Amino acid sequence: MKYMLLIATDPATRQTLTDEESGAMMQEYFAFSDRIRASGEMVAGDPLHGIATATTVRVRDGQTTLTDGPFAETKEHFGGYYIVDVASLDRAVELAAEIPDAKLGSVEVRPIMELPASM
Amino acid sequence: MRERDADYLFRRHAGEVLGTLVRTFGDLDIAEEALQDALVEALVRWPREGEPRNPAAWLVTVGRTRAIDRLRRSKRRPDREVTSERRRRAPDIDVLDELANELSDDAVSDDQLALVLLCCHPALNTDSQVALTLRSVAGLTTDEIARAFIVDLPTMAQRIVRAKHKIRTAGIPFGVPDRAKLAERVGAVMQVIYLVFNEGYASSSDDAFIRRELCGEAIRLGRTLLALVPDDTEVAGLLALMLLHDARSPGRLDGDGQLVTLERQDRSTWRHNQIEEGVAIVDRALARRTPGRYQIEAAIAALHSSAPTAEATDWAQIDALYTALRSRVPTAVVELNAAVARSMAAGPDAGLAIVDALIADGDLARWYLLHSTRGEMLRRAGREPEAASSFATAIRLAPSQTERSFLQAKLASLHR
Repeated sequence: MKYMLLIATDPATRQTLTDEESGAMMQEYFAFSDRIRASGEMVAGDPLHGIATATTVRVRDGQTTLTDGPFAETKEHFGGYYIVDVASLDRAVELAAEIPDAKLGSVEVRPIMELPASM
Repeated sequence: MRERDADYLFRRHAGEVLGTLVRTFGDLDIAEEALQDALVEALVRWPREGEPRNPAAWLVTVGRTRAIDRLRRSKRRPDREVTSERRRRAPDIDVLDELANELSDDAVSDDQLALVLLCCHPALNTDSQVALTLRSVAGLTTDEIARAFIVDLPTMAQRIVRAKHKIRTAGIPFGVPDRAKLAERVGAVMQVIYLVFNEGYASSSDDAFIRRELCGEAIRLGRTLLALVPDDTEVAGLLALMLLHDARSPGRLDGDGQLVTLERQDRSTWRHNQIEEGVAIVDRALARRTPGRYQIEAAIAALHSSAPTAEATDWAQIDALYTALRSRVPTAVVELNAAVARSMAAGPDAGLAIVDALIADGDLARWYLLHSTRGEMLRRAGREPEAASSFATAIRLAPSQTERSFLQAKLASLHR
């Protein structure tokens, strides 16, 4: 089954890391990505630019409006994602727990809906 | 009458049969339908042909056949009931046909353990875990579970549907994890069972019968779990703890339905056979020297239950056990009970030291039980004016009239 692991981070928490800690975290990310690429479990995965670069789009009554910023005013924001293909939720949860940001923020595990080919 | 019989059969066999059917079909709903079909057939055939030697194996065999028929029909004429997702996930029918019908005991108990673990999977919220466990392992009807938890039927039905949907859609696996993970998963099952027990324990005589029956259901679940993981001493501890508490329940309420404190209970009303069983189970578990919170709590309950009178209670031992428990379960209730045990073992001043530290800590300063316990200790220490002021604080903070009257009586008794 495919799962999306949505990484939520609080930018304020990130700011408190020293350069060394940030560097170490990056290394952990590289190592994690390498591991799941080697195991064949990784489908995709990328970090996202910060919320200062976000644009939210809504269409109402045919009118498109843009908002500068993310769609919800929350403390945590999506900072990146992985898509993995694994046997079950238990394995997806194991992988989510290995994502470095799980220790600072949180990782939401969502099964990916597989649409029948006819749709 | 007939429906009652079906319910009875479901209760008796659900736990052991359902697990194997879930493994076969990979889906809780299909498995439940298969079991229902098999039970209906059993109701017709068993009275005529006699109950089979191995009813569980019979039900699995018939259930599988009926479910395969159902899947065949739905494959030929796909109807709306069967979603594309379920059809895709159902195993190939030809493979099912080849499945051997003989069931070894090991396989059945593995399936049953997998079913319990599935119902208590940590990705499900606690309410869902409880509802699913009572439905699929204990075999209660949705209506009974709703009444036991004082929730309306549609809410409970929705909760079970949602939980099954999550199991299916999120890919929660059916199986027994390796040893390292098993203990943790069994821990989640124990929490669910203890929660069910405490719901029953908190019930009153006005509650529905099924709610009062929850203690019995929890004990049955505890026995099932212990049979599946006989080497887990904490599961044994939990079963003993529930047996010991439940054994004292006939003395817990007076004629007016009011709570009677342990020291004033009529010990002749306690179920002494059940106490003996609980004590034996916890003794056997403790002898294996892998203590945990449930074993320690059971050991404390065993000491209370074995004392012929309240005065004969071995408070020194209980105090020592609470010291071990406090480090494992640092909750307010445990701290408070530890303080009481200390005061009984070493005098009211020793208990007051713990209670005063808890009050000074701040978080619990508005908890009425802390102040009523403090009042009780001060009374025993002969410091009546201070005791009166603690009881007054407790009365002010008490959440209900029942508690207030109880405390007012204590306050009044000071001036006598």
